[in-house]
Amino acid sequence: MNNIPAPNELLAPGHRTCAGCGAAIAIRQMLRAAGKNTVVCEATGCMEVTSTPYPETSWRVPWIHVTFENAAAVASGVREALNRLGKEDVNVIALAGDGGTADIGFQCLSGMLERGHNVLYVMYDNEAYMNTGVQRSSSTPWGASTTTSPAGKVSHGKDEWKKNVAMIAAAHGVPYVATASIGYPEDFQNKIKKALSIKGAKFIQVHCPCPIGWGFDTSDTIKYAKLAVETGLWALYEVENGKLRITYKPSEFKPVAEYLKGQKRFRHLKDDEIAYIQERARKDYEYLERLQSL
Amino acid sequence: MTEEVTTGGVIYEPGNSAKTKTGGWRTFRPNFIHDKCKKCGICVKFCPEGIIEIKEEGAVADMDYCKGCGICVKVCPFQAIEMEVEKK
Repeated sequence: MNNIPAPNELLAPGHRTCAGCGAAIAIRQMLRAAGKNTVVCEATGCMEVTSTPYPETSWRVPWIHVTFENAAAVASGVREALNRLGKEDVNVIALAGDGGTADIGFQCLSGMLERGHNVLYVMYDNEAYMNTGVQRSSSTPWGASTTTSPAGKVSHGKDEWKKNVAMIAAAHGVPYVATASIGYPEDFQNKIKKALSIKGAKFIQVHCPCPIGWGFDTSDTIKYAKLAVETGLWALYEVENGKLRITYKPSEFKPVAEYLKGQKRFRHLKDDEIAYIQERARKDYEYLERLQSL
Repeated sequence: MTEEVTTGGVIYEPGNSAKTKTGGWRTFRPNFIHDKCKKCGICVKFCPEGIIEIKEEGAVADMDYCKGCGICVKVCPFQAIEMEVEKK
């Protein structure tokens, strides 16, 4: 992977993502694993806006954007059209952020998974509507301060737990679902390759920190990606034909405070609130391990 | 907008965003110290712009596009990249 010369990158430079963008790293890692025999159908969101400022595009693979909610429906159609043309070997990837997946594109995603189109859906999860200025999504974690879940005298930030989109996708009974992180590119890219080798509807949720929305220095994107995994707040697993397997588990979990403390969106949290997140993280991980043992 | 818009907003030239040089955004620039570079390519994997290449002499970035985020500096296990203030 290290030997691809920069001019052959499938995401060209000149895209307008903020400095230190985690989503841009996710897309680059994804494209390196998927290769150029790929069509990408993208929902509205950070990467859509920043990668295609008309009349420019950063994409060096065929790419289509229609609306916010229908990346999965467009990808389903593109897939069936390609099949009619005898191009079954072309990869079709639907791409959306957490807003475009967990909220706005949710029913199209569910439809695609239920119908079983041979499409890989990749959700890049930066945990809020970053493109429009950090509004909470259903994938925003508990306690995070956003412009629509502001922390203050009467609120500790978002009051609801992060929606578990990967497990909802797995509940559709599709052949492959996985979670990944940009901090672990080999794990993420193996999952992309594996998903594309399997026929049917697939779903991968990749966690990508956002320096602007989360409030940390632009150089720390990978640090927070790794800390989310090392504290057990973000688990790396795959569900293949209903069988769950944790693909990487840290030998020892770091306290969640290490992940929360450096981020502006969590800096208002009090010790008892951090303890609540710690306890919930532990329980959620235990639940995953129970599922793995089934 | 006096430019004519293509039907369906189709863009016919793949990767033409490369004509926009985002390097002007940065206030800091990475300085690659080739004596310390082991050519491991870790910086390549984590650069959001995809502009770092491993060449004969070590890691090299295309400074036309580097936004100066500093991720490469933090992920380098050999301290072979340093951030310095951009001189204009």
